[in-house]
Amino acid sequence: MMQTIFFVFAAVAVGAAINVLVQKHVMYSALSLILMLTAVSVLFILLRADFLAVIQVIIYAGAIMVLFVFVIMLLNLPQDEDGADRLWWLKFLGIPLGLFFLFLVIATLWNVESSVDTRAGISGSAGAIGHSLFTDFLLPFEATSLLILIALMGAVVFAKKDL
Amino acid sequence: MIPVGWYLILGAVLFLIGALGFFIKRNMIALLLSIEIMLNAVNLTFVAFSAQHAQISGQVFVFFVLVVAASEAAVGLALVIAIFRNRESLNVDRSNLLKW
Amino acid sequence: MIEYLMDSEFLLLLLKIIVIFGGVMGALAYLTWLERKVIARVQMRPGPTRVGPFGLLQPIADGLKFLFKEDVIPTNANTFLYVAAPVVSLIPALLSFSVIPFGPSLQITDLGVGLLFIFAITSLGVYGIVLGGWSSNSKYPLMGAMRSSAQMISYELSLTLSVVGVLLIANTLSLAQIVVSQQRTLLGFIPRWNIFLQPVAFLVYVISAVAETNRLPFDFAESEQELVAGWHTEYSSLKFAMFMLAEYANMVTVSALATIMFLGGWAGPMFGPALLQTALPTVWFVLKVGVFIFFYVLMRATVPRLRYDQLMKFGWKFLLPLSLANIVLTSLIVAIAAS
Repeated sequence: MMQTIFFVFAAVAVGAAINVLVQKHVMYSALSLILMLTAVSVLFILLRADFLAVIQVIIYAGAIMVLFVFVIMLLNLPQDEDGADRLWWLKFLGIPLGLFFLFLVIATLWNVESSVDTRAGISGSAGAIGHSLFTDFLLPFEATSLLILIALMGAVVFAKKDL
Repeated sequence: MIPVGWYLILGAVLFLIGALGFFIKRNMIALLLSIEIMLNAVNLTFVAFSAQHAQISGQVFVFFVLVVAASEAAVGLALVIAIFRNRESLNVDRSNLLKW
Repeated sequence: MIEYLMDSEFLLLLLKIIVIFGGVMGALAYLTWLERKVIARVQMRPGPTRVGPFGLLQPIADGLKFLFKEDVIPTNANTFLYVAAPVVSLIPALLSFSVIPFGPSLQITDLGVGLLFIFAITSLGVYGIVLGGWSSNSKYPLMGAMRSSAQMISYELSLTLSVVGVLLIANTLSLAQIVVSQQRTLLGFIPRWNIFLQPVAFLVYVISAVAETNRLPFDFAESEQELVAGWHTEYSSLKFAMFMLAEYANMVTVSALATIMFLGGWAGPMFGPALLQTALPTVWFVLKVGVFIFFYVLMRATVPRLRYDQLMKFGWKFLLPLSLANIVLTSLIVAIAAS
């Protein structure tokens, strides 16, 4: 049963990721990315990381992607512009090389033995993550709050019309 | 049961798709979207390892990756807006003034 | 969480789903009747009275009307997104009812992160409005969609931060546990509802909830006096009905969350024979949710709309710092009381 869920949502994630590349209009790419994020969130639930799964939907699919969609609507972009692409032939070299790289990675990872036993092990609850964040990882936690503040100021400054 | 290797392979596939998108696409917002795909693949790998070794620190690290992805998306989009205002085009090949 | 999904009995679950879903859909239909009646009485007119006694068959007549209307798709609209937007709006609105405890055992599933699940699902509901507005390819929907998306993500912040105080007191994210944690009494006779322990959080939550569901005085997405009908201008027939259902479902969801977190959920005085006692918690829950919904409808009938920049200023510069201050104060008090 869990293998069925894994395969279904893995297929949805890969299909949505490929759709991000294939679509011409960037709005469809953004919407496919939202689908991929929710599929990966379901995979997090399968890995017993329920807090992270809902946090991924709230923050990634619910806030970051809204920002992307908002900017795409605001800029009112036309279809993907063609022309000025001198390296169009690189696609035909890159994709086979990429697939070969993927084949190497899969060959390496195929024999990784241990199965993820979901009836034992860690519980990815909010309490466990919070405890770890505030004891072992306190310094990175405070550093990320500073990072967000700097990113906030940076975004406001860059998007202003007149500095 | 699902072997950890399957999650790692899925992470590798998603990372590859994101990397291909980053190399192939010419729209700046599509480049940012490909970066998000790559970051997500890394998140999936972290959580898979965290479940394999039964340690919570993998999931905590995903938390930090999420924060960094959010700030990078915000600043990247602000830059995209600024570039669009100046050049009327989001094609990266049009923003090549520093090229030799 | 995985264990719970694997172990539950399927038929009981199916029965709960049918009861809750059926009840909620019936309640949504009659919410339209309630709204029209209350707004009418506030404006000193009778409201719908012709269709059935007291106009009680009006929602059914409206449903039939929506079914038979012509389904218009504008020529230059983006057809796939245009048709998908009402569905994207409705599914998250209905999905959040799967974790709300309507009674001690009338809950479809009790997730360990139930509260965050509801916030995740409502943040996905923004896309219905955004896509509906953008795909209609018309200026009024686009303006409504852009205003609404910025408004909703801004007020989501103060919404989630305002309930952190409740979470600090209850120590859990699961909705059933939050209800159970409010069943003691303060000073012997006042029930230990979080509205008495967190009044500021309650006010911030109510205001943010009204902004989050796009209701007056914060309904800039569909301000009828400025944008013709906002993001659903170009919609007709069942797609419009789905948008309306989604709006009312969102209203019921945030009202249900408010009763669960601040008014003690399904707790209430128990009396009567045993059969009555199994139904009584649900009755109390429905009454408390009804109080909030009545308040919503009354606000729509009486309060005027402000300006959009006043809304954003209020959300970012007043509500957000206020909820953060509430969190700091609550955590200080909880830490001192625990030591």
